[in-house]
Amino acid sequence: MSARRTLLLAAGGLVLAIGATFLLDPFRNYQLALVAAYLCATAGLTVLVGLSGQLSLGHAALMAAGGYGYALTVNALTGAGVDGVARFLGGVAGAVVVSGVVGLLLGLAGARLHGPYLAGLTLTLVVAVPAVAASVPALQGDRGVRTAFDGVPGPLRSLIALEQWQAWVALAVAAVAVTGLVLLRDGRAGLRMRAVRDDEVAAALAGIVPARVKVLAFAASAVTAGLGGAVLVFVTQSVSPGAFPLALSLLLLVAVVVGGLGSLLGAALGAVLVVLLPWLVGAATDALPLPAAVVQRLDGTLASLVFGLLLIVLVAGAPGGLAGALTAARARRRTRRSLRGAAAPRPTDDPPAALPTTPSTPREPVRTPTEG
Amino acid sequence: MTTMSQLRTRTRPTRTHLARTAGTLALVAVVPLTACSTPAASPGVAEETVTIGTHAPLTGPAAAGYASISAAASAYFDYLNDQGGIHGRTIEYVVKDDAYNPATTQTVVRELVQEDQVLAVVNGLGTPTHGSVVDYLNENGVPDLFVASGSPAWDDPEAHPWTFAFNADYVTEGKVLAHHAQETYDDAVFCVLGQDDDFGTDFTAGLTTVLGELASTQTYSVSNQDVTAQVGAMQAAGCTVNFLATVNGFTALALGTAAKMGYRAQWVSSSSGGDYPTLVGYLGEEVGPALLQGFVSTNYLPFSPDDPWVELFRRVNDEYNDGAPFTGNTVYGMSVAYTFAEALARAGEDPTRESLVEALESGDVVGNGIVPLQFSADSHAAFGGVGITVVDDGVQDYVGSTWTTDRGDGPVTPFDGEPVPLEDEGVPQP
Repeated sequence: MSARRTLLLAAGGLVLAIGATFLLDPFRNYQLALVAAYLCATAGLTVLVGLSGQLSLGHAALMAAGGYGYALTVNALTGAGVDGVARFLGGVAGAVVVSGVVGLLLGLAGARLHGPYLAGLTLTLVVAVPAVAASVPALQGDRGVRTAFDGVPGPLRSLIALEQWQAWVALAVAAVAVTGLVLLRDGRAGLRMRAVRDDEVAAALAGIVPARVKVLAFAASAVTAGLGGAVLVFVTQSVSPGAFPLALSLLLLVAVVVGGLGSLLGAALGAVLVVLLPWLVGAATDALPLPAAVVQRLDGTLASLVFGLLLIVLVAGAPGGLAGALTAARARRRTRRSLRGAAAPRPTDDPPAALPTTPSTPREPVRTPTEG
Repeated sequence: MTTMSQLRTRTRPTRTHLARTAGTLALVAVVPLTACSTPAASPGVAEETVTIGTHAPLTGPAAAGYASISAAASAYFDYLNDQGGIHGRTIEYVVKDDAYNPATTQTVVRELVQEDQVLAVVNGLGTPTHGSVVDYLNENGVPDLFVASGSPAWDDPEAHPWTFAFNADYVTEGKVLAHHAQETYDDAVFCVLGQDDDFGTDFTAGLTTVLGELASTQTYSVSNQDVTAQVGAMQAAGCTVNFLATVNGFTALALGTAAKMGYRAQWVSSSSGGDYPTLVGYLGEEVGPALLQGFVSTNYLPFSPDDPWVELFRRVNDEYNDGAPFTGNTVYGMSVAYTFAEALARAGEDPTRESLVEALESGDVVGNGIVPLQFSADSHAAFGGVGITVVDDGVQDYVGSTWTTDRGDGPVTPFDGEPVPLEDEGVPQP
């Protein structure tokens, strides 16, 4: 896909998504904004794991880095009398810088480690970041940093609700993040990442510097995760260590595997699951005639259980995740159709180059989340 | 929704553009319809029910200390409903778990307001958690009643006209405790251990207003379950009277740590972390009572064993709460439920969000504390005074006077009124 077409598609998709917000009530729009925020993170993660073959258990920490970067910049700008769009963009820039630097450092270390060692490093990060954030006075400990409230801009105020506006902003940021990743994936860098993932030695023989490629992948993935964190703070006006626990990191990873590793459609499906599954489980337990104590107990844990089951079922039944299953179904249908049609040749260019249906998916990324 | 399905089912690329244009046009046409939808006149109020909600930590690290509050409140609402409810309506209390995570609080409170259409959010728990939704609730004109936190932040009728506090605030508690300590202990070296947030800061501000500079000021972070360094520093500074702005778990931790170090001091705690039954639960039946002998704490709710309110709450707890352990949280949750019912009774036959707030601002709602509530149009602070409790032989009871003061540098003076008496079996009458 040419870069121009990608950009056009992204713009079209964004307009469509913004149009869709008119069909949703405020709460659904709020959920849509959360989906967009998590999509930034899952998209970055799926490119990192699926394309460059590096495993990160620490994406919640990168989201936190972006969130704190956003909040601190926004507060500094508020102090300097800046507000509105300039303040928001400044905050996003802060998020990009902070998460980018953390991602770069991680990537530099990551390029020297692989498999379980890199997983261990990122795991340390996700445990350490909330602990550091909780004990650094400038980050205001456990209660976190609050930011000023960004309402609907004046001219739109009579037209749309606050949640709808937040969904618009979140979708726009997610569109930028995902488009950036698509361009990266389809460009020369994406090719190099796949080469490094599949065989580092061969890639090096072909003139690629594997370490540089890996660091780039990590930094790009970190920046998009940071954008996700920034969107979360924009929507909720607060960032605190408690919002980015280890469980979220694992959930993000499970989400991209369930959605379909390496596929951006899978990342989107995963983000939807991260937001909707706990809510659906809560609604289901509320609807069942269970004693209050049981409902209380289930509320916090059943979603994780369902996620775990989904993961097991999908990895066993459809290793390509939901997106992979969809692509495979489409391919089967097309094959049937072309077989029915007289002499039409079987399509050979399907499925796309992405990982989901190829069995050569790197082993450790798929296996580790099941253990977590 | 036709547009959505239309868009989803499009298959051929040639149709994409057409469908997209049509879809967008249709969406634009829908704008005026959806955007102007306003909520019903009084959400949450139906023919026979009133629906309210709260956010509370039912899972996660804070659950151990606070999950019992909403359970106690629910039990009291069940009791009221069995007595016929308020104005013939039963009260439905929707409790959502936020795991003490502000991001989750945001989600569940939106769910309460937009999905469950609650009349009010009652007793949302926690300073950081509730702080993340206070703007949202006020923006949407949702009564935000009796926040379960002693932060003075809730008393700001100009910025947050819909928000009302419930706890006596931490500054008041600090000032009264400091005054009590000053009068009680001679030649004492005063120190404080506080949580590293508004709780600790506000409480310490109250202390220093009365006592001046303290010999040692220590802080802890909830995410770090070790206060050895802090207690050690207090011991080294020669502290003899230690104030605590700690939650129950950390009160127990501080006392236990000091005992292990062989460090004896007088411990004086804010009400948030001074609940005897809960502390014994943490410290264990064996050493708890010994460590807590003479332990001093503030309170503003009925707590004496023979108080009629406490007797009623014990009965309700046995009958509607499966006989759960009876602690300060039980009294707290039931008091919140009683106070809300009283506000609802005063809000008129057909309560609305506005009439609920009017009832509170009129000052007619007095609650059930040892001092009456002091809500008015200018003040959304709940209790202006607190009493002192001391543990003796395993019984935590009030001693001496009840004290009132302000959040500034005003004096601490004895309260000359009476606690609010129990009437009509705890069922508020209109």
